[in-house]
Order: sequence, then C-alpha cells, then structure tokens
Amino acid sequence: MIVVKKLVKRFGLKTVLRGLNFAVQDGEFVALLGPNGSGKTTFLRILSSLARATSGEISVAGFPLPSQSSAVRRNLGVLSHLPLLYGDLTADENLHFYGRMYDISDLNQRVDQVLELVGLLPRRRELVRTFSRGMQQRLAIGRAILHDPQVLLFDEPHTGLDQDACDMLDRLLREFSGQGRTIVMTSHDLSRVEDLASRFDVLSRGVITASIGRNDLGRNGLAEFYRLALAN
Amino acid sequence: MRSDASSAPLPTHYSPPRRNGSFLKSIGAIIWKDLAAEMRSRELLTAMLVFALLVILIFNFALDLDATTRKAATPGILWATFAFAGTLGLNRSMALEKDSGCFDGLLLAPVDRSAIYFGKLISNLVFMLIVEAVVLPVYSVLYNTNLFNPGLVSVILLGSIGYVAVGTLLSSMAVQTRTRDVLLPILLFPVIIPILIAAVNASSGFLQGIAQAEIMPYINLLLVYDVIFTAIAFMVFDFIVEE
Amino acid sequence: MEPQPVTLKLLNTLSILFFLGALGMVFVYAPLEVTMNYVQKIFYFHTANAWVGMLGFLAAAVAGIIYLVNHDLKWDIIEVAAIEISLVFFLIAILSGSIWARPSWGTYWTWEPRLTTAAILEMVYIACLLLRQGIDDPDRRARFSAVYTLIGSISVPITFLSIRLFRTIHPVLIGSGSASAQGSFDMTPRMLVTLFFTLGTFSVIFITLFWHRIRLGQLSQLVDQRKLEE
Repeated sequence: MIVVKKLVKRFGLKTVLRGLNFAVQDGEFVALLGPNGSGKTTFLRILSSLARATSGEISVAGFPLPSQSSAVRRNLGVLSHLPLLYGDLTADENLHFYGRMYDISDLNQRVDQVLELVGLLPRRRELVRTFSRGMQQRLAIGRAILHDPQVLLFDEPHTGLDQDACDMLDRLLREFSGQGRTIVMTSHDLSRVEDLASRFDVLSRGVITASIGRNDLGRNGLAEFYRLALAN
Repeated sequence: MRSDASSAPLPTHYSPPRRNGSFLKSIGAIIWKDLAAEMRSRELLTAMLVFALLVILIFNFALDLDATTRKAATPGILWATFAFAGTLGLNRSMALEKDSGCFDGLLLAPVDRSAIYFGKLISNLVFMLIVEAVVLPVYSVLYNTNLFNPGLVSVILLGSIGYVAVGTLLSSMAVQTRTRDVLLPILLFPVIIPILIAAVNASSGFLQGIAQAEIMPYINLLLVYDVIFTAIAFMVFDFIVEE
Repeated sequence: MEPQPVTLKLLNTLSILFFLGALGMVFVYAPLEVTMNYVQKIFYFHTANAWVGMLGFLAAAVAGIIYLVNHDLKWDIIEVAAIEISLVFFLIAILSGSIWARPSWGTYWTWEPRLTTAAILEMVYIACLLLRQGIDDPDRRARFSAVYTLIGSISVPITFLSIRLFRTIHPVLIGSGSASAQGSFDMTPRMLVTLFFTLGTFSVIFITLFWHRIRLGQLSQLVDQRKLEE
C-alpha cells in the first residue's frame, strides 16, 4: 500500500530525511515513533503530497508521488494536530464543503453517517468555533474519512485531547483498522500506541532505525524496544 | 469486520470522480465556503467597508478640493480607496486559510491546485465588488455627483479582476512569510500600476463623457493585463503552494 | 573558497582601466555640447547605467525562470546578484538623470515614462528583497523570489507602455521634460564613440561586480552549510 525507497528530503542545506526506506502492507497499522525533530511530520507531509521529496521513490495506494498526487489524495485521509476546520462554519457545513471538494456522491447521507460515527450529530448546526478541542478533533476525524479513503495518515492525533476524546479516538482507530484500512500514525504516547498498532517503526536521524511487530515485543514491551532503538 | 452496533456502516466503494467535473465543483465549493463564512462573521466586509469610507474621509480633509477639482480627482480618489481597501480583503482571506491550517485542507483535495487559485480569486473578487458597490453610492451622495455610469462600472469590474488576479497570487505568498500583512501592499502596488493608470484614465473618460475611441486604448490595456496576469498566476500557483 | 580565477582578476583590472578611460573620454575627448556644456556629460554615465541595469533586469528574470525549472539553488544566487546590482545601477541612472534635469529644466524630477518606470522597477526590486528577507527556508525563498521576479519583469514593461500611452493621449505639462526632450541633442561622431565606450565600460564593470556578487553568494552558502554541520 505504501512503498518508500531511498527518500531524501533537504531543506536548503539541512538534510532531514536521509535515504529513508519504508513499506506498509494493505491493512497494516504502523505506529511511527521517534524523538522530536526526527522528521516524522516531514515524512507524513511528503506521503500526503503536501511536501515534495528531494529525491527517492514513493508510491501510496498504488500511485506514484509526485506525478499522480491527485490520485493519491483521493485515497488518503489525513489528520494532524491542527483540525483543518473552518471556525465560522457549522460542523455540517464543514463536512459538506470537504465533501464537495472530494466530489462525494450522496453527500447528505454520507455526512449524516459520519457525524453519527463521531458522535456529533446533535451538534451539527453549531459553529466549529464553539467546539472544544476534543470535539474539533472528532469532527476532523470525520473529515478525514469522509471520502472513505483506503489509507489513513495521522500525525500525533491525540495531542491536546482529554481522556474521553482519546478513548473515542482509540475506538475509532480500532474500528478503521478492523475495516481493513491501512493506517500510519505518529505518536509520543508509547503506552497508548502499544495497544493499537500492529507494527512499530522508529524514525531517528532521518532513517528508520528499527521495526518490530506487536507479537515480537519482548517482556518489557514497547518502551524497552524504543529505548534500545534510540540508544543504537 | 464491523465492530459494535453503535458505529455507522461505511460504504466501501466510490467510483473515482470525473476529473473535470470536480475541478469546477471544487471552485464552486471554495467560493460558497468563503461567502458562507463571511456572511456569518462579516469580519472581512466590515473591515474593508469601514476602511474604504475612512479613506474617502481622509481624502476629503487632506485634499479639501472645490467642486470642479474634486470632480476631476474623483477617479483617482476612488481607485486609491479600492487599492488600499483591497489589500485588507486579500490579506484576511488568505489568513483565514492559513490560521487553522485550512490551507493544507485545500491542498489535500484531489484536484488540480489551480482550482484553489480560481476559487480564492473569485471569492476575493466578489468581496471587492461588494465593497465597490457600496462605495459608489456613498461617494455619489457625499459629493453630489452621479457615479451610476455603465462605462465606469465596466472599468471597475475589469480593474478589479486584474487587481485580484495578481493579489490572490501575491497574498498566497505573503501569508507564508514572517512579515505577512505588511508585505502584501509592498509586493502588490508596484506591479498593479498599469491597472491604476488604465482604470483611472478610463474612469475619468467615462465620467467626463469623452469619446469612446479615446477611452478604448485604456480598456484594451486593462483587458490585456487581466488576461496575461491571470494566465501567469494560474501557471505559477503550484510553485507557491508546494513545499 | 577558491581564489579569484584569472579571468576575474583580469576583469578587475580592466574595469578600473576602462573606467579611467571612460572618464578621460567623457571629459577630454568628447566635445562640449552647445547649450548644456558640462552638464551634458553626465548623459554618458546616465545612459550607460540605465542600459546596463536593463541587462541585470533580464538576467534576473531569466535566472528566476531557470530556477523554477531545475531547482538548482545556484540560479537563485545568480538571480539575487542580478537584482542587487541592477538596483544599484538603476539608482545611479536615476540620480544622474535627476542631476541632469535640474539645470536643464529646473526640476529634479519629471514624470516621464523612462524615469518613472525606473523608479517603479526599483520598488519592485526592493519588494523582492523584502520578500526574501521574510522567508527562512532557502527553497521556498528561491521559488517565491523567482515567481515575483517573473511577475515584476512582465509588469514593468507593461507599466512603461502604459505611461507612454498616457503621455501620448495627454499632452505633456509645461515644465516637465517630454519623452523627446531627453537626449534630444544632436550627437557628433565623437560623442557617439564616447557613448559606446562608456556603455562598454559599464558593461565590463557590471560583469565584474556580478561575478564578485555571485562568489559572495556561494561563500555565504558555504558558511551556512558549515554552520549546520557543527
């Protein structure tokens, strides 16, 4: 589903990603871990076609980047810590807007479905400006899956959420994964992510330095694996 | 593969949208979105209108003209007002996108990036035209002159199109810099001078009832400028928004 | 950083020699013009600077487009160099034109097409440099700069034509120089020779400064790189 070979990203003279190799199978849930500034966000931005790689081969959902970025975006749902929502519009209007941008058929029905999924149906006519951070993030999740994308890229989605919102997010993540979607999620919260993902990759100093499946995690779990991976 | 009963069923397949259909549809969506948001908050229009009226007020005291001279100066005063108030609208329109990261939201849509350019261009144009539509009657009343002249209106339309075509592109750039709001007028004004020259002279011509033949060169200049710069902006927009 | 190549050292010397030569030609060889006497001599410098400024203008526009095509930062350095030097040359042209205008027409400034366009061009240059200042990412800075330079390089000629159009439809006001007044003295062959020599001189000076400025840009880039590697 996602294939990355020798990805290099330079910002002027600073090299952030140095020949990164990465592959995700259809239906896998990969947690991307790494220290601050390791390039996780940059990597996700490149995968979502918001940024352009300096060199390397990338293909997402079967389409190469950057040449067929439009086709990639059609199959991609993206969530970052910014909600990407318009404060002056209602929840309903926000979803309708994005629905039109993605040219979704039966939009009204779809919006209803999604609002129900994220538990915002009763608040659909309220301005997003009045939403709490947790509610905004829930709506953002709705926006991300509105067009039923095969691949989900979530960048630190739990940031700033309270316990309830986090639990709902986790429930949704499990559900999406259960539906066979491919998910790549970056996170700082090791304990949370340990229960969600099926695979854990560590991005450090511009490359993937370690990768492990959930079943192979030792007695000491993810924290130990992560510590070891960074120590090398 | 469905989990608990409270989750809504998600349909699994959409047929891929036809390319051209979604291009126009997304332009329409952006315009609708901008207008709907503005109708709610009315921030942008209020700011532009108040500013425009203040500028006219300032001109009134700064220039203190007698009736005849003012008549000759009217086109200049109008266009100066539009040029200044316009930057407010352009800045605000882009800032709204940038601030909640919504620009990324636009960029994630599976359409050609130029759809974003055209969408923003048209909504910026609409706002500018609304402001101009208010300023004209107000000016007419304040100075007891008749500005309801079809020729004048067409000049204002053509001039605004050119202004917004370049302005939308430049504001997309300016909003990504540290200096932001301050930078837009500095970038914009030197390159829209042809619009000002043509628009002021054509406006003046229509208001004074000068022969059509003498005004046409200026109208042609406006048309040429509009076409050239809309085309260029459309071609280079990709370079501005990618990272 | 490599030492100056032989060609550059040669150009340094040539620039100085030519400049001295040009001074000599302007003040000694070229005859005194009938009406304006010594003041007219500034015309050689004025025209040469403006002409060479145009070269810089073209160079900047072309370099910008090339950068957009191949994303090689080298072209960005060339573009900035061209803009900065062209800015200075045009400034000298404007100032010398101003000095000429005062005794000739009693005013430091006239709103005639070429002078006005030159002033607007300076504003475009300054705007571009300010734009660059507000961006940290080198690639984005280069892209934005190239796009703005492209817009400016098309807008400014249109501006020139617009002002000319304006001037032909509206008769020139008394007291300001008309387009025909500038340079409207008959040039003797010796004056022509002087003019061409001065043009050549300033072209050489332009190329020399351009080259130095590019080297400066490359050095600066090298410094940034070393800083990152620490």
